Amino acid sequence: MNRLLQWLFGRLPIGWLQLTHSRTRFAAAIAGVAFANVLVFVQLGIMNSMATATLKPYEFFTADIMISASDANSLTEGGNVARQWLFQAQADPEVTLGTGIFVGNTSWPRPTKTLGLTSFGIDPTLPDFLSPVLKPKLATLQLSDSGILDMATRGLPPEEAAAIRPQTPASFEVTGKTLTLYDTFQGGGGFGGDGYLIMSDQTFLSLYPARRSAAPDHILLKVAPGADPETVSARLRELISDKSLRIRSYAQAKADDLKYQQTKRPTGIIFGFGVIIGVLVGIVIVYQVLSTDVADHLSEYATFKAMGYPQKFFLGIVFEEALILAVFGFVPGVIVGTGLLAGMKKATNLPLAMTWDMAVIVLIGTLVACSLSGAIATRRLAAADPADLF
Amino acid sequence: MSDDAPINVVGLNHWFGAGEARKQALFDIDLKVARGSLTVLMGPSGSGKTTVLTLMGCLRDLQDGSINLLGHELMGAGTALNEALRRRLGFIFQAHNLHGSLTAMQNVQMGLQVHRLDDPKAEQEAARHALSLLGLSDRLDYLPANLSGGQKQRVAVARALVGNPDIVFADEPTAALDKESGLNVVAMLRKLGQKRGTTTVMVTHDNRILELADRIVTLEDGRIVSDRMVNPSV
Ligand SMILES: Nc1ncnc2c1ncn2[C@@H]1O[C@H](COP(=O)(O)OP(=O)(O)OP(=O)(O)O)[C@@H](O)[C@H]1O
Ligand SMILES: [Mg+2]
Repeated sequence: MNRLLQWLFGRLPIGWLQLTHSRTRFAAAIAGVAFANVLVFVQLGIMNSMATATLKPYEFFTADIMISASDANSLTEGGNVARQWLFQAQADPEVTLGTGIFVGNTSWPRPTKTLGLTSFGIDPTLPDFLSPVLKPKLATLQLSDSGILDMATRGLPPEEAAAIRPQTPASFEVTGKTLTLYDTFQGGGGFGGDGYLIMSDQTFLSLYPARRSAAPDHILLKVAPGADPETVSARLRELISDKSLRIRSYAQAKADDLKYQQTKRPTGIIFGFGVIIGVLVGIVIVYQVLSTDVADHLSEYATFKAMGYPQKFFLGIVFEEALILAVFGFVPGVIVGTGLLAGMKKATNLPLAMTWDMAVIVLIGTLVACSLSGAIATRRLAAADPADLF
Repeated sequence: MSDDAPINVVGLNHWFGAGEARKQALFDIDLKVARGSLTVLMGPSGSGKTTVLTLMGCLRDLQDGSINLLGHELMGAGTALNEALRRRLGFIFQAHNLHGSLTAMQNVQMGLQVHRLDDPKAEQEAARHALSLLGLSDRLDYLPANLSGGQKQRVAVARALVGNPDIVFADEPTAALDKESGLNVVAMLRKLGQKRGTTTVMVTHDNRILELADRIVTLEDGRIVSDRMVNPSV
């Protein structure tokens, strides 16, 4: 280590020698940085999983444009849209295909717990609007009162989910009717429901008699090959007479939803704050360690200053220390953070995981925070006459 | 004395504190020091010896008067000039101020690394040699905490001399040393003066050392009260 650092800096690795001089203090400093790292990892993990969970249901469909009610901030929120706008939209020469989708909540009462399923009713005769994963399962949905279930539904044991096959379906009562699950697909739990349920629009309307076929929750459109969804959306905003509707490209709708979840919903704001607090805790810990270290060595540094060492030499020492703390704290931080996220994933079935981006961002963030604290810690040294520091 | 004197102090005044507490520590000091000489500063405690030394050694900003050090005016000197000049000086302080996390060897190496020679082998060789001259060959890898007071002080001397300074400033360097090693250190400085032209300015109360001095300057209450050449050969 000594030799490596000496070679790296082209001088004695004073920062390293200084930090390791007191082992207990060094260990405490590393633990502090690791703790701050874990804090940030957990919050980032939750933020990430919220993004994954928010975007998950959009993956079930393939569309270019989505028309929603003015208050529909996400797929599962807001009022419905009159089907007449679908017909009006189809008047546009570049709109080739359109469909309405229905969204609701279905309860599956089970012995231990009632599962809340976010349900989509779709037109089974229009496979183009379904993701490649769902497309092959369309035939099942054409049976009346049938559905396919998210196999990652929270609270549903995996072996039971795996047992749901066309030959061995599962059924349960919804508003006096029997819904039969013939198959499963790979969904993934979200923050709202326990899992997803997909059925035909006919089944949906029969389970929810209050809903009308003329008023789906969202309208999905396909545009001609080569047409730009943004341009067509803009044109549709002109064309469609109800100006309160949100007519956006599908990609824009996803992005808007994500932004809404992260900045407008309390959960998103809280986790965002969590990240900031983790970063602040990290900065405070590192600053504390480095400024104490500088204060403890002030007379030694003054001696170096008297020998002609420039300010950047001291900055170099403190940056060296910051670098060492950042790297040494990061390693246990990543290990503990990965373990914690895996444990939380097991407990909540949320898509929580350590990702490379997270690790890289946190490492860079730690390096920057450490260096910043280091730079602040050496300011007092820069201002003083060496003679006043002995 | 020739005009290329390494140190030339003219009309130097210095104050400490501000407002009511402001107090003048030095009054109109004039002092020209010849190359290769060993000058001793004497005087009672609080007479301003350390203050003069730190001003001459670029460790404090000048307030009034002039010091020409190695051909450069210190009044108004910027950071870069101060740092460049400090690299040509060797300091031996009252307190040894060794770095506690570095071994004796590494502490001495610090006196060389400031010159950025980028030759670790030569650095280590020079550090080892300097320590051996001070009788510390068997203490190279000791941390300061494991050295006696006198040994620490000798490491500090090695650190000050290893970079071949033009001028050595020493503030009671022999206080922590026993009689023999104290005299040894001063004899070494004197020899360096004769061999390499190293100039030494030393604060001391130690009478034994006066015998080795070329010149004795006495301060009282911030003023030079006596200035004697004791070794006219220089
Ligand atoms: N940093 C300082 N702040 C305020 N006053 C100071 C400071 N340093 C020195 N003084 C004052 O300046 C005067 C000269 O101090 P200086 O340290 O130069 O004396 P000295 O001759 O080295 O004394 P000693 O033999 O005790 O080391 C003293 O009155 C001292 O109190
Ligand atoms: Mg003094």
